[in-house]
Order: sequence, then structure tokens, then C-alpha cells
Amino acid sequence: MAVLQRKKALIAAFAGIAAAVTLGVSAPAAAQTKAPAAAGKGEQFFPVLVYRTGAYGPNGNPWANGFIDYLKLVNAQGGINGVKITWEECEFGYATDRGVECYERLKSKGGAIVQPLSTGVTFALTDKAPVDKIALITAGYGRADSVEGEVFPYNFPLMGTYWSAADILVQHVGKLSGGLDKLKGKKIALVYHDSPYGKEPIALLTERSKLHGFELTTIPVTHPGVEQKAAWLQIRQNRPDYVFLWGWGVMNSTAIREAVATGFPRDRMYGVWWAAAEPDVTPVGADAKGYNGLAMQHGAGRAKMHEDILKMVHAKGQGTGPQEEVGTVLYTRGMISSLLGVEGIRQAQLRFGNRPITGEEARYGLENLNIDVKRIDALGLTGVMRPLATNCRDHEGANVARIQQWDGAKWNFTSDWYQADMQIIRPMIRDSSARYAAEKKLTRRSCEAEMKEAAAPAKASAAIKK
Amino acid sequence: MLYRENGQFKSSYAADQQLLPIAQDRWFVIGLIVLAYVAVPALASDYMFRALIIPFVILAIAAIGLNILVGYCGQISLGTAGFMAVGAYAAYNLVIRVPQLNFIVILVLAGCIAALVGALFGIPSLRIKGLYLAVSTLAAQFFIDWLFARVKWFTDYSSSGSVSPAPIQMFGWTIESPIDKYLFVLSIAIVLTLAAKNLVRGHAGRAWMATRDMDVAAEVIGIRPVTAKLSAFAVSSFYAGVAGALWGFIHLGAWEPLAFNINVSLNLLFMIIIGGMGSLLGAYFGAAFIVLLPILLNQVPGWFGIPISTALASHLESMIFGSLIVFFLIAEPHGLARLWAIGKEKLRLWPFPH
Amino acid sequence: MPAYLRRNWAVVALIAVLVIGMVLPLATGISAPGFYLEVLLGGLMSGVLYSLVALGLVLIFKASGVFNFAQGAMVLFAALSVARMSEVMPLPVAIVLGVLVMAALAWLIERLVLRHLVNQDAVVLLMATLGVAFFLDGFGQTVWGSDIYQINTGLPKTPMLVGENLFQGGILINSEDLVAAAVAALLVLALAMFFQKTATGRALRAVADDHQAAQSIGIPLNRIWVIVWTVAGIVALVAGIIWGSKLGVQFSLSLIALKALPVVILGGFTSVPGAILGGLIIGVGEKFAEVFLGPILVRQFDLAGGGIENWFAYMLALLFLLVRPEGLFGEKHIDRV
Repeated sequence: MAVLQRKKALIAAFAGIAAAVTLGVSAPAAAQTKAPAAAGKGEQFFPVLVYRTGAYGPNGNPWANGFIDYLKLVNAQGGINGVKITWEECEFGYATDRGVECYERLKSKGGAIVQPLSTGVTFALTDKAPVDKIALITAGYGRADSVEGEVFPYNFPLMGTYWSAADILVQHVGKLSGGLDKLKGKKIALVYHDSPYGKEPIALLTERSKLHGFELTTIPVTHPGVEQKAAWLQIRQNRPDYVFLWGWGVMNSTAIREAVATGFPRDRMYGVWWAAAEPDVTPVGADAKGYNGLAMQHGAGRAKMHEDILKMVHAKGQGTGPQEEVGTVLYTRGMISSLLGVEGIRQAQLRFGNRPITGEEARYGLENLNIDVKRIDALGLTGVMRPLATNCRDHEGANVARIQQWDGAKWNFTSDWYQADMQIIRPMIRDSSARYAAEKKLTRRSCEAEMKEAAAPAKASAAIKK
Repeated sequence: MLYRENGQFKSSYAADQQLLPIAQDRWFVIGLIVLAYVAVPALASDYMFRALIIPFVILAIAAIGLNILVGYCGQISLGTAGFMAVGAYAAYNLVIRVPQLNFIVILVLAGCIAALVGALFGIPSLRIKGLYLAVSTLAAQFFIDWLFARVKWFTDYSSSGSVSPAPIQMFGWTIESPIDKYLFVLSIAIVLTLAAKNLVRGHAGRAWMATRDMDVAAEVIGIRPVTAKLSAFAVSSFYAGVAGALWGFIHLGAWEPLAFNINVSLNLLFMIIIGGMGSLLGAYFGAAFIVLLPILLNQVPGWFGIPISTALASHLESMIFGSLIVFFLIAEPHGLARLWAIGKEKLRLWPFPH
Repeated sequence: MPAYLRRNWAVVALIAVLVIGMVLPLATGISAPGFYLEVLLGGLMSGVLYSLVALGLVLIFKASGVFNFAQGAMVLFAALSVARMSEVMPLPVAIVLGVLVMAALAWLIERLVLRHLVNQDAVVLLMATLGVAFFLDGFGQTVWGSDIYQINTGLPKTPMLVGENLFQGGILINSEDLVAAAVAALLVLALAMFFQKTATGRALRAVADDHQAAQSIGIPLNRIWVIVWTVAGIVALVAGIIWGSKLGVQFSLSLIALKALPVVILGGFTSVPGAILGGLIIGVGEKFAEVFLGPILVRQFDLAGGGIENWFAYMLALLFLLVRPEGLFGEKHIDRV
């Protein structure tokens, strides 16, 4: 009987604790009512959606470290024109529903800009962001058609979309073949992650394959991407001339491993900028030598900004990740993504004053970004980043990239700068965004007023109530 | 002392057969419903609706469905999320292809389509039982996952594979604000719970329970296994389909095939294990538990001022989840509903000792 | 026609369909013979890997009647331990320590979980192992980290090209795969010797036959369970090392275990040769379906890509279940009312 009593006591205690804690959690959760933007405390809040665990953790970790290290750097340098930055991480493991949950949880703390680092979450948030008036920066990912600011006022696929990326890759292999017309009859295989991220470039590659006459094979790989033997056996049967890899997380290193196992030469593999980083090649070892990737403007290596971070953040023991990580590809990517958000806030502050910025104001700032060579030098990113300027019709800002190759120890640039061919991409953006607007029954905003204002010299104006 | 039924005499068969024969129960449930319709919208914040209450109600509907299949009929199913996906995509296709239909009608139709699919994948249950049946339902799960990811017609040839329907509009009411969404799903949940309660009280429920306890003996006394098992699959999938449609349209807003993966199925199974198999109340308890737990685990370290990295928090969540499952299975295999029933039993005596 | 063929006509028909499906690509000339052999070898290799995981499942089910959903998590945990420990010590030492770690894990699982759940029905035990799987996933990553780690077995990764004169283009064979197959075969032999020749092995077989009878002749059930889970842990360790050196040790390894379920269904829950054969059949079937059947379906139905191997194993297992519920080598289940 004593056992039974003990069991009952245990259960009762557990039930009691559970009840108390449940009531307890409701209290602070209830207190998380919709706070006014930036909580009126004179601080700019950044929600940081990350994934440090799971199949995509190895790639999400350095990005998050770079992102937060830059925020710490800005704080160490005095904040954004005096406004201190606060942030909170939310782990969502690259699962879209958890990502949306993180967004909902953190937005009530007054975030102005969200960077989801997941095309799937971007698709889900594209509907919510305009309602919540929170700007979405999707630097190097997201919806390719969200370049069109008239339909997607709150989406900012800065520095490159997947259509730009795919376009540049085709241009490069065209150049290698001696001209785009020489691509006729060649075979290109796209091994892609079976998610909105991986499917995004297919539209452009199909368009280009029709234009130039190369044969496109698309091979999806299911999450998490560890089973690729059959995919690469198909490639061995198909014998394409080039393989484009649109993978993420462990799918990338597995793809390179399987390429080794099926004898596909690594130097004819091209990974998109999310499949061309150290976590993708180092697990494979020496066999990854020769693997090519797209570099979203920056490669690996330390510039002045990295030195600043090492000096002002890591030296004080506040580094988010290990010091060796500073300067790796994904770290720099996260750092630059963070920088774009901060620059957007700065641009908004030029118009609205040096105070915490709301989401609507940040949207204005991001739509009028002008990061020129002078600013890049001042930031300490000379040679790492190219000038970027957005406007109402162009939320991408810059669509240049180059090719880098892994030599077994580091990434080296092996090509000149390419620019995405907007002659092909613009009509696609126009059609796709028009379809989205029709499906959602959106009233399309007109960019005329904004374009005129951007063309006229900036007048000193009082804060305009939007 | 308070929870006694003496003095409550029934003078008609109808009164004797009502759902809640004890007056205290009736008052309690009515009070709960009034609270749910009046107090919760007044007191809860937007965040609580979006993150806690609406997922709780929708998952409770799915958990009721799974409970009917696993708890009442004894057939293991690891493929509930697949049937939720069927409901969600069916509703989406109906909305875009037959837009003039009322959304309630679309929900019912989506549920029926899910029921058909469920009955189809339930056919192996006529030959196999137990763990082997789990494999059959896993086959359903993965096949359905693949189907919606590959057959482009289901996603209306969307290039990204993800779908995002417009907000629901019915009877001139656009369901967009969290309170609207909450009231909508709450009403559906109440109707469906009532239906489930009546089903399990009637002949269908008794046939299911007989099949669960000893299916050969049930067949001997005349309960046809085909009817019992397939109807359990069908009804369970109907509930899962409706829940899936609500999950996609109301909670997620936009979803991709991976939104209904195996983890959702396992979560639903945990819900009914922890809540209590074979009990509708258990479905609600389990759903509340599973929805609250990750959020709790995320917030608690913050209260104690212990800063832990998000990675560690995520791992701790996994570990605590796993150990809680084992703890519940060891301490109370019949789940929280059993604890509730024990509590009610004690309440009959309280405050007297015997 | 012999009587047993007539009785089991459904199984024979299914096997015939499978064999025809396998021979078809070669016979109709859709695929070159060299490539066909490569797909076959690739499938056999995957099959060996699945068999290793399924082996652990079968061992545990035989001895304790528990379906161990946590086998995948155990594979991951074992691989993580060896990978991380081999960063600071030579690989053989790391492997020995890994065996000790798995033994400790087995003891803990028996003590904390199994002992309290004796005589519960299958669903409850399944859920308990699922809980253990969740716990191990989180615990392993907390202790060892969630990056991708390497196990360096020293084998060359680049494949050898053989038979260039026999087949056009030659056939690629990975020496790593051959070693893995050899190790798996050795493991099965070792297990067979263990079960047949040692006293503990005989005790294990006794427990697998009938728990109560074994208890009545004095075999300590609890200790047997610890031993069985340790042996399964060692099998998981071998599987983890092979998988890990092939794919890199990372979180998704535990998801492979879900594939072991159809293998066990196919082979029978209580049969070791069944697990091996089932694994090979599933591995080969999957690859053939994906490489040969997939493109046909994609063209026919205008699908957005293949990916058939995600569900093919389960459908195959389902078909087998319908014609032969106890699996190829399993024991017929008799229900007493």
C-alpha cells in the first residue's frame, strides 16, 4: 500500500505544480499585449529568428552568430544614432509553423524588422507582415517576385533573389561553354531541397532552358536531405554537364559526398550561395576540392568590420560564437544581413528622427536605402560588398554575384562580377506579382509618388504622419 | 459533499439518458462554455489567442478524432497528420475551384473526403493489428506527404509548392481577427465534441469498444469488424480532416506539405496518451498539455533569470518532453483524464473522510 | 503445383511481381547493364545499412517484446559519442569507450523505464520508447553538440572503377561500402555465435521464446534485458559508425531509423535473417523504384519530381503485410479468445 500512496502523492504533487505553473505562464503571456512600437524605452528591438539545432543547425548557427555580433558591434559603437539595440532569439528549427509562432511571439515586443532566414517562413509571413506592419528582410532568399514593391511593400529580398542567382549561374556556365548559344544541347541538373527554397529557381531555369536550348532536369531531395543515393544514381545515368545544388543544412555535404561516391566531378557542381559555405565542404574533407559555389557578393575572409567585431566584441568576451568563425562565409552573410536591417533603421531615422523606429517607418527606410561606396568604406566592408540602392519598384537593391571555388582549405574567387539579366527576370517578376495580387485581391499601390519623391532632392521635412 | 447526486431524481427516460445527468456537471459545463465565449475574448491577449488558445482548440478536435480511433477502437494510427493534410488541401481546392460554396459546407466536404481517404487506408486493419497497423498508417502518412508535394494539381500549380488561401468569408463575416478566429473554431469544436460524445455513447461507440477489447469475441457476438473498424477510421479521419482544414486556414494562414509531417502525428499520439485514451476530456487535456509545454519550457528559464542559449533550450525541450512522456506512462497510463476522474471521485466525499 | 505454393499463392505472386520488376529495366534495355549493376550495388549497400538498424530492433523485440522506437536515437547517440571521443583519442579506444557508454545507457533504460512498464500493452511500450528517443536526441546533442562530425575510418572515399572492358563506362564500387558489408556480415556471424554457443545467448533465446517459462527456470529477466539492450546498443554503435563515416554524424541519422520499421515488418519482428533479408529487399527495392520507376511516373502524371523512395518501403511492407502478416520469417501470431 505504501507504494500506492507514494504514487498518488507523486501524481498529486505533479498535478499541483503543473496547475501552478500553467497559471503562472498565463500571467506574463497575458502581459504581452501589443506593446507600442519599441516599447517607448528608447531602444530598438530586433527579433532574431534562428535555428541552431536540427538538420539545418550547422548552417544556421554561424549566420545567427554573425547577425548578433553585428548588433553587439553597433551597440558598442554607440547604437543607431544613439538608440541602443535589444534583441531576442527564437529557435524554430527551420520548421515553417514554428517560425510563424516565433514571429507571433516576438512581434508583440515591438519588432520593426524580421529576417526569417527561411523561404518557407517568408511565404507564410508575406501575408501577415503588411497587416502587422513589420518589414521583412529576406537577404538572398525569400520570394523572388517580392522585388516588386507595388505588390509586396513589406518584403525586401535585398542583395539577390533566387532568380538572380540562377540567372548568374546560367550566365557563368554559358561563358564557360563559350557563349550562351553554345549551351544548346547541354544538360543541366538541378538538385534541390524539396521546399519553397529549393523550388524557387525552377521557374527561371525553365525560362532560360527554353531560351538557350539546354536540357533541365530537376531532382528534388526530401528534408532533411540525408538520402541522396538514388538522386545521384539518376545523375550518373543522366550524365549532365553541370549540376546546380540548391541545398541547405546537411543536404549540402551529403550531396558532395554522393557526388564523390558516384564519380561526378566536383568542379562541375555549382552551389547557390546557401550551398557554398564551410559547413558544406569541410565534413567531406579533401574530396570537396574543386566544388564551386555562388558568392553573394562576399566570400570568406576578414575585412575591417570583422576586425572591429573582434576588437570591440570578442575581445571583451561577448562574442556570440567562437572566434575562429569570424570571417567565414555564413558568418559574414549574417553580419551583412544584420547590417542591412540597421541601415534601414538609419535611413528611416533620417526622416523620422533619431528615435526607435516602427515597422512602417522601417519599411520606408528599407525602400530608400542607398549604401554607396563611401558608406561601404566607412563601415569597413571595402571589397566585400558592392553598392546597394533600393526604390519602390526594386526591393532587391543589387543583383550582382561571383563564383567562388573551394581549394581544400579556403574559398577563392574564380570569376568576375556577373549581373543578373533583368530583361528576362523583370517580366517574370511582373507576371508573378500580378498573379499574387489577383489571388489575394490586393489593391496594388502605385509607386509614382514615391519615385517622384526619390528623384527630387530630399527636403528637410517634419515627420510626416503616415 | 458538494458533488453529490442525491436529491436529483429522474422522472423520464430522456432525463436519465442525458449527457450530463448530474446537475453540478451541467452547471459546470454551461459555466465553462459561457466563460469560453465571454470571459476569454475579454481577457486574453492577441498573443495568447494566436499562440495558445486557437492551436489548442484545433488540435483538440484532431485529438478527439485520434482518440476515437486509438482509444475507443484500439487501432494504432501514426498517420493522422496525413489525414489532416487531406482535409486542408481538400478545403483549399474547394475554396479556389468552387468559391460560391459556404465555408461550413466546404469544411464538411473536406472532412468527408478525408473520411474516405481514411477508410481507404484503414482497409489493412481488417487483416493486421497492433504494431503492424502502425506501419500501414505510416505508409499513409508518407504517401500523402509525397502526394501533396508532387501532384501539382493539389497546390494549383504553385511554383513554390506552398498555398495561401484568402481569409475565410461567410455570411458577410470575414474571419480575420484573433477573436473572430477563436469564436469560429470554438463553435466548431463544441459541435464536433457533442457529436463525438453521442457517437461513443451509442451503438457505434459500443461496437468500437468491443472491437478494442477483443475483436474476435466481438465478431462472434455479431459486431461486423468491417463496419466497426472502417467506421472508426472514417470518423477519426473526418475529425482530422476538419482539424487540418482549420489548422491550415485559420492557424497557419499559409502552409506547405511539410506542415503536416510525421512530427504532428506523433504529437497527436502523445496528446491522447497523456490526456487519456478512450476519453474525450482526455483529448482536451492532452492538447492543452502539448501546446503549453514548449512555450512553458521557453519561458521558465527566463523567470529564474538563468540565461540559456536557444540551442540548449531546444534540446532541453526535447529531453523534458521525452522524460515527461515516460513519467506519465509509468505513473498514470490512463492519462490526465484518469486523474480528473479520481479527483471527481474524491470530490464526492470531500470534505468528509468517508 | 506443390501444395505449399498453392497455399501461399499471394506471397509467391508478390515475389514474382517484385522479381519481374527488378529484371525489367535490364531486359527491356532501358538501362545499360553497367548502370543496372551500380543501382543494384547501391541498393544492396543501403539495404545493409537498414539491416544493421533493424537488427537491433529485432534483438530487443525478441527478448523483451518491446518495439524500440529509440533505436535510431541510439544509433545517433553512439555515433556522436564515438565521433566526438575520436577527436581526442585514437578511434579504437573511442570505440571501446563507446561500447561502455551504450552499456551504461542500456542499464539506465532498463532501470528507469522498462522495469516499471512490465506487462503493459504494445502501444504503451512503443510510446515509452518514443519518449526515450526524444530524450536521447536532446541529451546527445546537449552533451556532444549539434554540428556535423566526422568519423575517420581511414578508408578512401573515391570509388574504384572496375570492369571497364566488360561494361561501357565501367562500374563504380566504393571500397567503403564493401568494408561496411563485410563488417555487417561479421557482426551477424558474431551474433549467431553468441546466441548459439554461449550460456547468455541461450538464456536470451529462452527469454525470447517464453518469458514466464524462462523466469520459472531461474533466468533473471531484468539482467537479460540489460544484456539485450547492451547488445542492441553495440549493434547501434556499429551501425552508427558505418552510417556516420558514410554520411557524417549529424542529427538526421536518427530519422533513418524510421526506415527500419518496414524492414522489420518485411522480415518478421522476431527473425534475425529476416531483418537482413528484409533490409536488402527494401534497400534494393527503394533504389530501383526511385531510379527506374520514378521517371516513368513523373512523365506519366506530370509530377513535380520523384521522391518515391520516401514511401515505397512502407508500401512494400504494407503489401507484404496484406499477404503475409507475420513477415517473411516471422512466427504466425495466434490470438486466443
